[in-house]
Amino acid sequence: MTPPTLQSSLRRGLPAVLVGLALLVGTVTCSGRDGHDHVRILNASYDTTRQFYREINAAFAEEWREATGQTVTIRMSHAGSGSQARAVIDGLRADVVTLALAADIDAIARHARLLPEDWQERLPHGSAPYSSTLAFLVREGNPKGIHTWEDLAREGVEVITPNPKTSGAARWNYLAIWGGVLRSELGPDFAAMLQDPVHAEAVAAAQERAREVTARVYRNVPVLDAGARGSTNTFIQRGMGDVLINWENEILLGGHELDQAGVEIVTPPVSILAEPPVAMLDAVVDQRGTREVAGAYLDFLYSRTGQEIAARNYFRPVTPEILEEYSGRFPDLELFTVEEVFGGWTEANRLHFQEGASFDQIYAP
Amino acid sequence: MADTTNLSRAGAVPAHGDSPLVRRTLIAVALGFLGLFLILPLVLIFSQALAEGVRVYFDAIREPDSLAAIRLTLVTAAIVVPVNTVFGVAAAWAIAKFEFKGKSFLITIIDMPFAISPVVVGLIFVLMFGATGWLGPHLAEYGIHLLFTPAAIVIVTLFGTMPFVARELIPLMQAQGTQEEQSALTLGASGWQTFYHITLPNVKWGLLYGVILCNARAMGEFGSVYVVSGRIRGETNTMPLHVEVLYNDYMITAAFAVASLLALLALVTLAAKSIVEWKIARDMRLASAAAGEAPAPDGESAP
Amino acid sequence: MNSLPRLRQHSVLPGFGLTMGFTLLYMGFVLLIPLAGLLFAAGQMSLGEFWEKGIADRRVLAAYRLSFGASLLGAAINGVFGFIVAWVLVRYTFPGKRLVDAIVDLPFALPTAVSGIALTTLYARTGWVGRWFEVFGVQISYTWIGVVVALTLIGLPFVVRTVQPALEDLESEVEEAAAALGATRFQTFTKVIFPSLLPAVLTGFALSFARALGEYGSVIFIAGNMPGKTEIAPLLVVIRLEQYDYNGAIAISVVMLVSAFLLLLTINGLQWWSRRHEG
Repeated sequence: MTPPTLQSSLRRGLPAVLVGLALLVGTVTCSGRDGHDHVRILNASYDTTRQFYREINAAFAEEWREATGQTVTIRMSHAGSGSQARAVIDGLRADVVTLALAADIDAIARHARLLPEDWQERLPHGSAPYSSTLAFLVREGNPKGIHTWEDLAREGVEVITPNPKTSGAARWNYLAIWGGVLRSELGPDFAAMLQDPVHAEAVAAAQERAREVTARVYRNVPVLDAGARGSTNTFIQRGMGDVLINWENEILLGGHELDQAGVEIVTPPVSILAEPPVAMLDAVVDQRGTREVAGAYLDFLYSRTGQEIAARNYFRPVTPEILEEYSGRFPDLELFTVEEVFGGWTEANRLHFQEGASFDQIYAP
Repeated sequence: MADTTNLSRAGAVPAHGDSPLVRRTLIAVALGFLGLFLILPLVLIFSQALAEGVRVYFDAIREPDSLAAIRLTLVTAAIVVPVNTVFGVAAAWAIAKFEFKGKSFLITIIDMPFAISPVVVGLIFVLMFGATGWLGPHLAEYGIHLLFTPAAIVIVTLFGTMPFVARELIPLMQAQGTQEEQSALTLGASGWQTFYHITLPNVKWGLLYGVILCNARAMGEFGSVYVVSGRIRGETNTMPLHVEVLYNDYMITAAFAVASLLALLALVTLAAKSIVEWKIARDMRLASAAAGEAPAPDGESAP
Repeated sequence: MNSLPRLRQHSVLPGFGLTMGFTLLYMGFVLLIPLAGLLFAAGQMSLGEFWEKGIADRRVLAAYRLSFGASLLGAAINGVFGFIVAWVLVRYTFPGKRLVDAIVDLPFALPTAVSGIALTTLYARTGWVGRWFEVFGVQISYTWIGVVVALTLIGLPFVVRTVQPALEDLESEVEEAAAALGATRFQTFTKVIFPSLLPAVLTGFALSFARALGEYGSVIFIAGNMPGKTEIAPLLVVIRLEQYDYNGAIAISVVMLVSAFLLLLTINGLQWWSRRHEG
């Protein structure tokens, strides 16, 4: 009952559409090798590394071409560190991940098995080629007089920080507040005291105080953005809040633009040493045939050029000579590590960030 | 969803007894409302885009990531619009030209993408095609990865823009009835010929408008694409996503530059709509005039 | 397939099987299987978990309250002003009317991300419009008022476009008769004109509401996204997903999906009523 012409034209048309779709699917899902002389890799990174990796990518592409004659294109995807880990677990085909938190890469290893669980042992310095810390950004003239972590807990101070559930920076922020309070309660030897049963009573009191202060700080938080970038926007563009806690590198990089925006930097006397790790996703690079270039890319971060680019972008390089060379760029402050104060990230996540842990108890919207 | 093709837009009906004061007040209120919500944002987009001069504007658009975003958006629309046009025509034919049970329910179902939140659409496709989803692992065995690729963007856009052509055509084809087609068939035209020579010319302007609207939506889709894209710059970043990325990167001028292209697209869409409406009104006038002079010219145009 | 005898006149046309088959097949793959999948995923949750994550959670409840409240308010604003716009466009002549008529459809054509950044900039403290409200201490961008503004824009064309044809079809004799019988202008409007336009207004209102409820792109820029205060339900879906809380995202999605479906049924009912009303 159907005229043959209509049917056949549809028969001709539909397969064409389907073939088109299949071609599209094909081109985007096949390997990272576009031929012998061109290779493509994807770096899934966190929010505040855009400028840094733009420079790294350009420098690495040039070095790789000189070494192998091959052109390499490095694609970037940026979002909150936790969001990125979730995307990779859901199938974002990143060759390398350069995230804010080791725990996020652990999650990838555990849930998606794209890399071995001991990935952190594979590169020097626990796979962290650069480090940073946290600092404050306040309104011009620092009208609220914010200098220490405790100041954030004062009544009437609006604090802008991202959501620890999705943002790596936010977890560093949280631990920096907590650790900062422990430091001021227990004094300069606080890391040692935390381990020492002799001081158990003082430690317990300090922990209680840290919890109370942290809770008060988060009561001062009007908005939890998903990533550090969103928080910076909230603070600068939307003009919300009295103080923004953010990556030192992001704040220092903003430099003169920040002056224009009518904000200024405050460095707390003590802060946390944040070590954003990098890793190659074995399952992805093996399938796409990009292991060699992805490995070289990560090694490049430790090279002299890579370390200098890091320093120029206000990441603290791990190579001592280069850190020395650029030391004038970084404010001098006392840094504590997650290991010494919180017993490592696994423990910190268990106590503070997993469902129902201290953050959930503290922050009830 | 609202029948946007208003066939008759006759001159103003005389205002019965509205005093000049009432009239002026109402016009002022209406224009003020539209100005505040439509005109000012539009003006703002272009003034922000050009705030740092024409050079900066074109540099922002020529930047490789912007160009890649424009390309991806065009490719997506080039796939989505024809597919949904075929669907729209087929659905309109089945629904408008035949009677069957559950018709209004079917129309409600076709409308679903209008009312479903785009992020829900995105979530569904993450659940389906994600590496831990229902289909994802099976497809991965064949080396097919859909989520966070342009293919995922195409699929969610197909979902979101599905109803546009169908919704434009259904009322139009219903209004036109089936008499002309029946005459053509009686005169020995094949089904395809009837469709091509009778139905299509009758609905061509409505079809065109549906296609234009579908295209505008395909290029502007945000929420669902946001969820499934992975925002890989130069690869899975569409124009609307690129606007967001630039905006969050404090590159306000560049964000508005890319946004201004999309705003231009919207203006072209509106202009095309006005032309189409005018054409439809003209065709209707001509048709009624012809019907008035020479009754029942049925079948004349059939080959 | 279309063998009802009274519909015989329609069965002359060919292609029902093919077009209907293709329609159902395509809708099945693109629309129905995915939606069924979502419901299936929700079905795997225990009722208690669904209740806890999709309804009883304080943050989720606050998000629903904002989403539904702001959408309702936006639709109501559109109901009032859309009616005035339609009235002005149908009843009066003024210079630039055709242009104004064309621009009403802008929200259909303008990508939501674009209207989002434009509204945010416009209604921010320092924006062209926002600075005037700032004088009175009213902040629009990054508050719930901003959400209402964005959702009003999204649904703006619906009321205008449903009322316009109904108003055009309104017989002027009825009004004249009412006037001749001594009704004041106000009485004519409230007793004659408005009741006959009510179905169209309600349809437009419901369409505007439905469209606003799911909106994401324009709102996330202007809302400020504070949990419990300016966080809309669709944003919470994304946040739950990014937090790796699939069940949380699914539960909220299902609630929104069901609301959307009920709204569509209501709208179809309204349209049927308004067609009957018109005669």
